[in-house]
Amino acid sequence: MSAPRIVIVGAGPAGTRAAEALVARGLRPVVIDEAPASGGQIYRRPPAGFTRSGRALHGFEAARARRLHAAFDALAGAIDYRPDTLAWNVAGSAVHVVHDGRHAAIAHDRLIIASGAFDRVLPFPGWTLPGVFSLGGAQVALKHQGCAIGERVAFAGSGPLLYLVAWQYAKAGADVALVLDGASPAARRRMLAALPTAPARIAKGAWYLAGLRVRGIPVISGVRAVAARGDERVTMLAWRDGKGRERETACDAIATGHGLAPETRLAEIAGCPLAFDPDVRDWLPMTDGDGRTPVEGLYLAGDGARIAGADASEVAGTLAALALLADCGFAVDRARLARLRRARARLDRFRRAMERAFPYPGDLAAALPDDALLCRCEAITAGALRAAASEADAGEINRAKALTRVGMGRCQGRLCGPAAREILAAARGVALARVGRLRAQAPARPVPFATEPPAETGP
Amino acid sequence: MTGAPPIETEVLVIGGGTAGLSTALHLRRRGVAVVVLEKGLAGAQASGVNFGGVRRQGRDLAELPLAQRSREIWSRLAALVGDDCEFTPTGHLKIATSAAECAALAAYADAVHDHDLALEVMDEARLRARFPWFGPGVVGGSFCPDDGQANPRLVGPAFARAARAAGASVIENREATAVERDGAGFRVETAGGEAFRAAVLVNTAGAWGGRVAARFGEPVPMETVAPQMAVSEPINYFIEPVLGMFEGGIYLRQIPRGNVIFGGGRGDASTETNRAFVRPENTLWTSALATRLIPRLKGVNLIRVWTGIEGEMADGLPALGPSRATDGLYHAFGFSGHGFQLGPAVGAVLAELIVDGRTETAIDAFDIGRFAGDG
Repeated sequence: MSAPRIVIVGAGPAGTRAAEALVARGLRPVVIDEAPASGGQIYRRPPAGFTRSGRALHGFEAARARRLHAAFDALAGAIDYRPDTLAWNVAGSAVHVVHDGRHAAIAHDRLIIASGAFDRVLPFPGWTLPGVFSLGGAQVALKHQGCAIGERVAFAGSGPLLYLVAWQYAKAGADVALVLDGASPAARRRMLAALPTAPARIAKGAWYLAGLRVRGIPVISGVRAVAARGDERVTMLAWRDGKGRERETACDAIATGHGLAPETRLAEIAGCPLAFDPDVRDWLPMTDGDGRTPVEGLYLAGDGARIAGADASEVAGTLAALALLADCGFAVDRARLARLRRARARLDRFRRAMERAFPYPGDLAAALPDDALLCRCEAITAGALRAAASEADAGEINRAKALTRVGMGRCQGRLCGPAAREILAAARGVALARVGRLRAQAPARPVPFATEPPAETGP
Repeated sequence: MTGAPPIETEVLVIGGGTAGLSTALHLRRRGVAVVVLEKGLAGAQASGVNFGGVRRQGRDLAELPLAQRSREIWSRLAALVGDDCEFTPTGHLKIATSAAECAALAAYADAVHDHDLALEVMDEARLRARFPWFGPGVVGGSFCPDDGQANPRLVGPAFARAARAAGASVIENREATAVERDGAGFRVETAGGEAFRAAVLVNTAGAWGGRVAARFGEPVPMETVAPQMAVSEPINYFIEPVLGMFEGGIYLRQIPRGNVIFGGGRGDASTETNRAFVRPENTLWTSALATRLIPRLKGVNLIRVWTGIEGEMADGLPALGPSRATDGLYHAFGFSGHGFQLGPAVGAVLAELIVDGRTETAIDAFDIGRFAGDG
């Protein structure tokens, strides 16, 4: 048989391991990655000339980052690597990409999408003031630009990244004003209870927490409402403690986030059906345990399918490649497959514990005040969405989008979408699944207008 | 068939796009009981996902009386349905890229002289003086000052709200699965199992209208098409008029909040699956053409593409008026890409036909009988 033409989207932990498994069987996949170097978001490589050590960049994960980078570098010449390239559409057997402003279509027989995750944020009053960053953005600034987002930084949100980034800031010498955890103390206890099954990075959560406390940084749980205040930019974080007392903390920057959300748009555009998952209060692509989707020839791997972390993504990348190989008629080592599936099952148990410990705070989203900005791209308030829900009888999120423009802007609903669904469901008094999800339309990410007719290229 | 007795009304409308909803609203204003059955959401198909041009310039001469009547309704839309739907008379500029196209623009302006479009035909120098942002290759244009644009996503829902407020029953997510003659009237069954009965049936089923017509022995030569659109991120507002080109070109407009909306080419659509798909190569060539026409668009990002399901007649004109085969049946479908501008007047005309048996607006060219014998 002739070798199948294979495209992998993403060169993070999942994409790297998928490519490695395919190359091991003599195949030469095209690997498309938006970044200039492999590693994904978590193991993002420093820019050329950057002098921070791997240990400083990746902390406890430095060895894992080094191994993944080395694995990818070892594939040089054996893969058709396309860095700085955005995959924005899948139609039939073509992946549409843009590189340096030039568009092209890459023909393929099978496609593995390892598109990763993005910060899941929750709008709050004042969240669009200059000085408010996502946790992921704050981390990138520190690790890769070597600068803090402010002189005195407040952290507010939930999830493991909250403590990790706060600790990284404190360790780098930044003035961390305080850490406000939206999760209840009980939820944090559940997280700690889950830690024995955790990969190394998260097992250090307690260590980060201790590190913050040792530096005298206040860490407060069960904070139900926050607001950024300031005229030109943030000067204050207002918040309410678990006893309902109004408090204020001076700061010039806020890092916020509630975990990560899978980047599913390209998979959805490629035809993969999504199903509502009550544990994460979100719509997730349908896959079997190895990453096969109901679409022939389409596989998903890593956080782009469901948030499970970098270690699980490496396993998922290999599993997706093995599924693809098996579907192409290659013999697959059963013992290896069983081993990988056991590893995945172990990581899945941890994932489920994390999902329970850090649920998306849908109630906080639903409580967003009427005058607070919900959709920053289109400047739509929570009240405008509620009005559409009642007066215009919008019972479904795409209809609400059509009427109000919520989710219609440049972020394509990534920032406002989860909160908008919660607000609409609460306003209508229905279960979250009933209001549906913002349907993905191409492009998967904003792409520049073409300047010339597209080129057709193949592996 | 279900055991429950059918719900009786005077007029049953199949299809809750702008044409059907406007019909319901205008019938209610004449005191007629009306039920609209819509298989999805009001205004969700071609009425809601079209380009948003409110244009008379370039229309077939036979369509101009209806288009003029609709334009008059557009200007008082807020009073009629409680929402102006962002209608703005920004003007429509049709551009020419060759001497032959310039001549065609001049010939059209002559031909529509009696229709009060106030067309201003411009040579290249005048065009560039007024619209200095055009790139090379544009050699002339024709400007229709009172044409304009509106937000298609708002129009169908606004008509639905107004029709309901006036007493119409607009039932969404209710597909008509069986449509039958019942004595001197009509009986319609829905996917939900209910039955409706009325003396008058209105077919405003858009791309699905051909099926209803064929059911009553009046097949039409209509194709299902998927006009393709795209929208950019917001940029500084500078393109005031709606832009159009000759066949094979693009159409483009910018809204004051900055987004550039443009269309051209066709995707793939099916009235069986109710799905429509964009062809990415269309997105690429239309955006490349937009950049060539307006060099300031270079490097601007696209944020969304879409298409919808539209019915296009072989002669480009709708079927509008009474059935020639069945008493009590009225058609208004196959608007061939022109239904957004025409929709409001379609309802006014149908209400007159149903209540008065006649209309002042010239609609002879849309007689479904013109296809008799086409098979």
